[in-house]
Amino acid sequence: MTPLLVAQIVLTLFVFFMLLNSAAIMVYVERKVAALLQQRLGPYLVGPKGLLQPLADVIKLMFKEELRPKAADAFLFALAPIISATCAFAAFSVVPFGADTTLFGWIPAALRLQVAEVNVAILVVFAIASMSVYGIVLAGWSSNSKYSLLGGLRSSAQMISYELSYGLALAGVLVIGNSLSLRELVDGQAGTWFGFVPRWYLFLQPVGFLIYMIAGIAETNRAPFDFPEAEQELVAGYHTEYSSMSFAMFFLAEYINMVTVSAVATDLFLGGWHGPFLPESLGWIWFLLKVSAILFFYVWMRWTLPRYRYDQLMAFGWKVLLPLAVVNLLVTAAGVLYFSA
Amino acid sequence: MLFYVFGAIAIVTSLLVIGQRNPVYSVLLLIASFGALSGLYVLLDAPFAAVIQIIVYAGAIMVLFLFVVMLLNAPHEDTEYDERVHPLLRPGPMRFGAALAVALIVELGWALTRRADAGAFPSASVSSVDAIGRSLFTDYAFQFEVTSILILVAMVGAVVLARREGQG
Repeated sequence: MTPLLVAQIVLTLFVFFMLLNSAAIMVYVERKVAALLQQRLGPYLVGPKGLLQPLADVIKLMFKEELRPKAADAFLFALAPIISATCAFAAFSVVPFGADTTLFGWIPAALRLQVAEVNVAILVVFAIASMSVYGIVLAGWSSNSKYSLLGGLRSSAQMISYELSYGLALAGVLVIGNSLSLRELVDGQAGTWFGFVPRWYLFLQPVGFLIYMIAGIAETNRAPFDFPEAEQELVAGYHTEYSSMSFAMFFLAEYINMVTVSAVATDLFLGGWHGPFLPESLGWIWFLLKVSAILFFYVWMRWTLPRYRYDQLMAFGWKVLLPLAVVNLLVTAAGVLYFSA
Repeated sequence: MLFYVFGAIAIVTSLLVIGQRNPVYSVLLLIASFGALSGLYVLLDAPFAAVIQIIVYAGAIMVLFLFVVMLLNAPHEDTEYDERVHPLLRPGPMRFGAALAVALIVELGWALTRRADAGAFPSASVSSVDAIGRSLFTDYAFQFEVTSILILVAMVGAVVLARREGQG
């Protein structure tokens, strides 16, 4: 048990714990920002400025009765939220969130701020995102209710449609960055042009960033692409029949998927943990700031834009976003070839 | 050691696929067997093949299988046959299936008892993403293009079949 191994185990547990916390914080942020955007107060009774509201929510969810429809397939009904939550956590495991650090000299070798270093890290994120579709499909089907089935099928069809544009937007960055490892892609964005413009891939791939964010919002089933779980349309879509902790697991999975999409966007387009004024070992502060900015943008989008109808959503994904992503990849590849020749 | 774990999972789940009454369970067990195969690819030092297996096979193709099984509401397997008669003598599909099973067991036995002539296995030079991309677009470019046309044909066929009569 070398100190490095101990540090890595602690880091893994820490990342898990922080992801759970991030879901709770997102619940609060969502309600507060939604309220302020709608010119009302939001939660303000529980704790100072309502900060303990997520705690109250968690306690309420834990004490609710756990229901299961009689005709539901028991095994799949129980398995679906597990698949959703597991894939959400697993996708974050290959995302790096800081430079190598020695924790101010406590450990001899450098600790990577990443749970697992894989040289095909981007593809692993993508693969686990495709697996999380199963949680939703199985939830919809095993509930044995028409709202759930429709919601589940629509949601999973939406997710696999937008996965294509998601992957092609990533491919644009891969062509420039020349590596599949997230860590190497971030390190390619260190430094600045002209001394003050950071070398983010955002400036090299603006269309790619746009496509990635839109596809990411559609992947995580967030507004304006949240038709499958729209309260007004489908009761609650695929998680209609779930209550208490299973429902909480779906919620958790959704927020953690949001965090993962934001973290990958930060790593790929916004330069990860590189930023001015701070030493490299404190780069994770920049990472947190950037991820928080994207998460705020997510919440902002939800409460600003009206929802897409399902056929508009699918038409947009296939007829607009996918061709745009393909053209983006072509132009990027041509540009790289031209400028490196 | 991990090889035995993944191999055992792959074999057990694949066998369970055909032993399920509920077709949705069969699909899920098949996905599990693909996961085990992906693990085996990683052990063979081909992480790209492993991840692509998950993305394409387990993540996309099997989702479509699952849709079809769910939407067609496939009934549970019912077993109405005379259990006293030997499988090879039962009429129709049972006889064909039993004959296939016998052929498979014979083949497995032959394959497992052959001397494995393990040639030199080029490892990292073949399986890196760079090498795969290069050979795919240069040596195997024709096969690549033919495959894309095949997929295009399948897509066009699906659109034509799904279109209702009388719609332009």
